[in-house]
Amino acid sequence: MRVDSDRVRHRVVVLAGAVLAASGLAACGTSGGGSGPVTLNYYIYPDTSGATNQAVATCTKQSHGKYTISYQQLPTSADGQRQQLVRRLAAHDSTIDIMGLDVTWEAEFAEAGWLLPWTGSNKQQAEHDTLKPMLETATWKGKLYAVPDNTNTQLLWYRSDLVKTPPKTWTEMINDSIRLAKEGKPHLIEIQGAQYEGATVWFNSMLASAGGSVLTPDAAHVALGKPAVKALTIMKRLASSVAADPSLVVQQENDNRLAMEAGTAAFQLNYPFVYPSMKADNPKMFKNFKWAPYPSVIPGQPAHVTIGGIDLGVSSYSRYPKLAFQAALCLRDRANQLRGAIVGGVPPTIISLYSDPKLFADYPFHADILKELKNASVRPKTPLYQVLSIYISHLVSPPASISPASTEKTMVSQLNNALQAKGLIP
Amino acid sequence: MSIQSETTVVRAADEAPTVRRRELSEGARAERRLGWLLCAPAVIVMVAVTAYPIAYAVYLSLQRYNLELPNAVKFVGLSNYAAVLSSWYWWHALIITLIITIVSVAIELVLGMLLALLMHRTLFGRNTVRTAALIPYGIVTVAAAYSWQFAWTPSTGYLSALFGNGAPLSHTGQAIGVIILAEVWKTTPFMALLLLAGLSLVPEDLQRAAKVDGATAWQRFVRITLPLMKPAILVALLFRTLDAFRIFDNIYILTKGGNNTGSVSILGYDNLFNALNLGIGSAISILIFICVAIIAVLFIKGFGTAAPGTDTGRR
Repeated sequence: MRVDSDRVRHRVVVLAGAVLAASGLAACGTSGGGSGPVTLNYYIYPDTSGATNQAVATCTKQSHGKYTISYQQLPTSADGQRQQLVRRLAAHDSTIDIMGLDVTWEAEFAEAGWLLPWTGSNKQQAEHDTLKPMLETATWKGKLYAVPDNTNTQLLWYRSDLVKTPPKTWTEMINDSIRLAKEGKPHLIEIQGAQYEGATVWFNSMLASAGGSVLTPDAAHVALGKPAVKALTIMKRLASSVAADPSLVVQQENDNRLAMEAGTAAFQLNYPFVYPSMKADNPKMFKNFKWAPYPSVIPGQPAHVTIGGIDLGVSSYSRYPKLAFQAALCLRDRANQLRGAIVGGVPPTIISLYSDPKLFADYPFHADILKELKNASVRPKTPLYQVLSIYISHLVSPPASISPASTEKTMVSQLNNALQAKGLIP
Repeated sequence: MSIQSETTVVRAADEAPTVRRRELSEGARAERRLGWLLCAPAVIVMVAVTAYPIAYAVYLSLQRYNLELPNAVKFVGLSNYAAVLSSWYWWHALIITLIITIVSVAIELVLGMLLALLMHRTLFGRNTVRTAALIPYGIVTVAAAYSWQFAWTPSTGYLSALFGNGAPLSHTGQAIGVIILAEVWKTTPFMALLLLAGLSLVPEDLQRAAKVDGATAWQRFVRITLPLMKPAILVALLFRTLDAFRIFDNIYILTKGGNNTGSVSILGYDNLFNALNLGIGSAISILIFICVAIIAVLFIKGFGTAAPGTDTGRR
């Protein structure tokens, strides 16, 4: 008995020692030891274009041995990215230094205490020459929590062989489509109608263009009201007319692109990635593939299209916050944003880059997109955005089942519940 | 777990009246102490990995607690349970879960029985047949679910192509059918193996005696095989029902719970990890736990299933 238990105890001690030694070695590996460059972990979406890898290498080199940036790829889907970051941050993971944040996460992460605010000269550098609506996405309760890296927004894409002058309003566009249908020509309007965040974005663009917003400016109450009814009325009209794609209820951005390339559509509301894609996939149609500003809801007033993109934030649990701020500024500097735009295809957030001739070849629509970005609307800014978005997308999709006045009422009550963290999400 | 220990306690009380316990000799008491000491490590581990998380989930379920709103945490009593039980989403998910559970377990029982009879009667290559039948159960559920998903995707999948390039995963009813199919395909071998164990308990002599008396094959199956196999069947049903009720991975891969195909586990996951609502999410988890407990009690008390670890069924 005794001999056996002694032997067991001895084995346990040896095993524990081995585990400790291994974890000690692992710790050395991640922290980079006492001297030499510090390793900064940069968690951001997987970028297959290589632009992010190049930015990481350039900035590491430019730090002159102060730090080495290590590019940690997050999952492909935005939900997967957020879940991984949230799980690590909730557990106070000190190995996250810089994070690539979708424009909808800043309020949530800041309110939870996971982001360090930007102050002093770092803040000045972050704000200099940067698009205002993007800075707004990174601001929560008056403080800046991230620096805008890239951005994105939708334009109206149309076929000039079918329509001579692009429609200026939604009413005109739906009427054009109905006319084309009568003439037996391709006429569909391609938009994101599936039950996911894209439908929330569509509704938000319509609502903002109608002069409304989801929440009051203090983010404490639901606003909606008449502009929401107006936005819902147009969405419903599109969905129940011949202009709607038969598979509207399952369509996301990529489905819209493919439908337009297949030749059934006359109009498409989508991000600029459709442009190079059309050039490669359907060179014949590409000759007549034109763009125009997003149609307005109120005639004579520009639309306020929802802005998207990525901001870079520094984790509260980072062991090297000072260096992380410097590295984040480098990763989104002029040269890296220009490369990101040309190699990676993501529009920059530095305003003066839009007048850089190097950008013109790949971005013939640079002037239109800049004008739209300056007028852009921001998604409802609240820590509870994810929940709000799920409720909204479930109410506006399928778009044909909207009944404007009562949908607006249901939305007000559901969102009020959501703001108090009551109730379930579907 | 709790049910198992409950029955053990009840039986212990039956068999060892208090009078006898007082008369335990010195040696018997020492032996009992040793018994507890030997059990202690297992008990401590169980408390650490099972009891503590359950107690913590109960505690969380009584709070308004959103990870995003660390300053708004407060005790709200049972209002999270009220919110869940008054929500259409919970009842819808429960109905979907029950449909999937009942239909898939029923099909598995029939197919599993056929497979068990086949394996029992196989004369040659018995081990090869049994191993081959177990292959689907040996494949990781997520990997298998992905192959089902690809197979049912229009323009890339062979099953979709077979059925007129349809997209069954984007219709509620059809998607549930695909989920049940994936479940049945995966767990029928498990059911068959449990039933095979029961089948080998049926004495061959009884079968022969019945044959001499002129019983048909069907009569022998219904009157002899089934009654003698009842304990094994009930244990197999209990295991599969509990598993099927907590279905998560197949749905997560196939539909992500879209188009109203989410089970209660998917609902709990979404509320915990997407909405980061620890209060509501924990309340859903506790309700699932209660449902599972009810199913187990129904089987054990209602049908007289032998709880794993006891041998009441064979008496």
